[in-house]
Amino acid sequence: MSATVNETAADALRAETIVKSFGAVTALSGVSLHVKRGEVLGILGDNGAGKSTLMKIITGYHKPTAGQLYVRGEAVDLASVDHARALGIECVYQDLALVNTLPIYHNMFLNRELRTPFGMLDHRTMRRRAAEALEDIGVNVPSVDEEVEMLSGGQRQAIAIARAVYSEAKILLLDEPLAAMGAREAGLIIDLIQRQRARGDISIIMIMHNYAQTLEIADRVMLMQHGEVTFSGAARDTSVEELLEIVRREYRAARAR
Amino acid sequence: MSQPISLRRHGSRLFALREASILVVAILLFGYFAISNDNFLSGANLQTLSQFIAPAAIIACGEIMLLICGEIDLSVGQVFALAPFIMAFSVKAGLGLFIGIVLALLVCAVVGLINGGITVLLRVPSFVTTLGTLFLINGFTLTISRGYPVNTPGGATIANIFGAEGYSEFLWALLIVLIMHAVLRHRRWGLHTIAVGGNLTGATEAGINAARIKVGNFVLTSVLGGVTGILEAFRIGSTDPLAGGTNIMFLAVASGVIGGTSLAGGSGTIIGGLLGATVLGVLQDGFTLAGINAFTFDMIIGGAILIAMIANIRVQGMRKGGRR
Repeated sequence: MSATVNETAADALRAETIVKSFGAVTALSGVSLHVKRGEVLGILGDNGAGKSTLMKIITGYHKPTAGQLYVRGEAVDLASVDHARALGIECVYQDLALVNTLPIYHNMFLNRELRTPFGMLDHRTMRRRAAEALEDIGVNVPSVDEEVEMLSGGQRQAIAIARAVYSEAKILLLDEPLAAMGAREAGLIIDLIQRQRARGDISIIMIMHNYAQTLEIADRVMLMQHGEVTFSGAARDTSVEELLEIVRREYRAARAR
Repeated sequence: MSQPISLRRHGSRLFALREASILVVAILLFGYFAISNDNFLSGANLQTLSQFIAPAAIIACGEIMLLICGEIDLSVGQVFALAPFIMAFSVKAGLGLFIGIVLALLVCAVVGLINGGITVLLRVPSFVTTLGTLFLINGFTLTISRGYPVNTPGGATIANIFGAEGYSEFLWALLIVLIMHAVLRHRRWGLHTIAVGGNLTGATEAGINAARIKVGNFVLTSVLGGVTGILEAFRIGSTDPLAGGTNIMFLAVASGVIGGTSLAGGSGTIIGGLLGATVLGVLQDGFTLAGINAFTFDMIIGGAILIAMIANIRVQGMRKGGRR
């Protein structure tokens, strides 16, 4: 028993046999995962595999039907997104939760605005801190006053990641961080993710579509199909071919049923 | 440290640009009528002008907040008519003027809660929700008043403070515009209103309570509608069940849109709304002095809204296109 506790304590996040049903539909049927401190976990799977549902359970958006989450070894029942956030769980959604019509620095502080003693927005300090934070994290933008609308897809993704990192995320979830991105822009985001990993105190869970990119960035990969985990292992011990073979096998088995 | 400061100037210039074009239009129109008609700059006419601008500007403050967060209130003109009746009947019932005003504004707040509640909780588009409450409130006001106007209660001093004295209604409008400008640009409420209208899902994911923002802005708009109705009742001295109506509501929405507020949500300006109301007021007043009739004026307003919207979209396109 004590061995189990020690083992979980080493994990920044651990999910055990998570089940999630929406009425008659079972989106997740007993999914377990864990990610260590400073580790990057890539989750692969087709649409409808349950990746997004799993993500929303970890961020406190959905409550699991059954199963248990552990954050830094402690069992937690996430009551809300704010609760998860208070535990250092941050998520960068695919839509990036950026407001196009607001400048970068307002987006960096969205819902965490700095205020003067009279409750007025402290534009000056937010502007300065946003510029400092972006420089620190290594994101180049022309000006923090630029409206997000004016930025490229890669820049927008970088801003969203920078915001999560700046808010001192300990467990960072990225939903398709390289989706719809050219090679050069994807390269910038991969650099950004790897720089965060190099810091060693942040755990990253990425939902991905591209197998080769996932094996390149992640320490470990997990394959999900129809609400179950069909593969989990170190990225260096597997290959795109092996993963695709598992996908095909499961697909054939599902059709036979 | 020098860099953020220079960036800041750049940013406010962009924001200013949006209001500058409508300011220029307002000044040009003002200049045109001042030169073409000797009576335009007379004290009496400027007072009339200010009394035309004030109600549209106050209600525009509410409509602009709603438009920014992606909603609209069509019923505000009926709330405008209802509020002074609640006040008058409260006074008649012996509750006193102060309690009468408080009660009237509370009723307005409840209307806002109903508008917001139906829109947000039951997911009925606000266009439809407030179209329903528009008729409902109008019928209610006609019923409790039996269709007859009543005298506005209160002595001369109170009436003067609340709109009867020359520029008092305009001063109220300026005060409300300044407060709402500060709320939009310098308070979390304003920033979150923009966020909810600019990216509803994103704002929710960031933890912003979108329902609270939207319902709050419905309440604000209804209360501002009630305030305007009460100010106008004091100014005119009589409380009419058919005062306000869709006319004042459309003027307020038009003021916002002409001032640069986007109908698509996510951006807008309160100062622009005041300038929009000023443009409409100067047009109305100037053409009245020139002897052009009310039918023509509607065509002119319609044209002005179309031109403002086309200009708005083109300027936005230029800002984006020029910087990509």
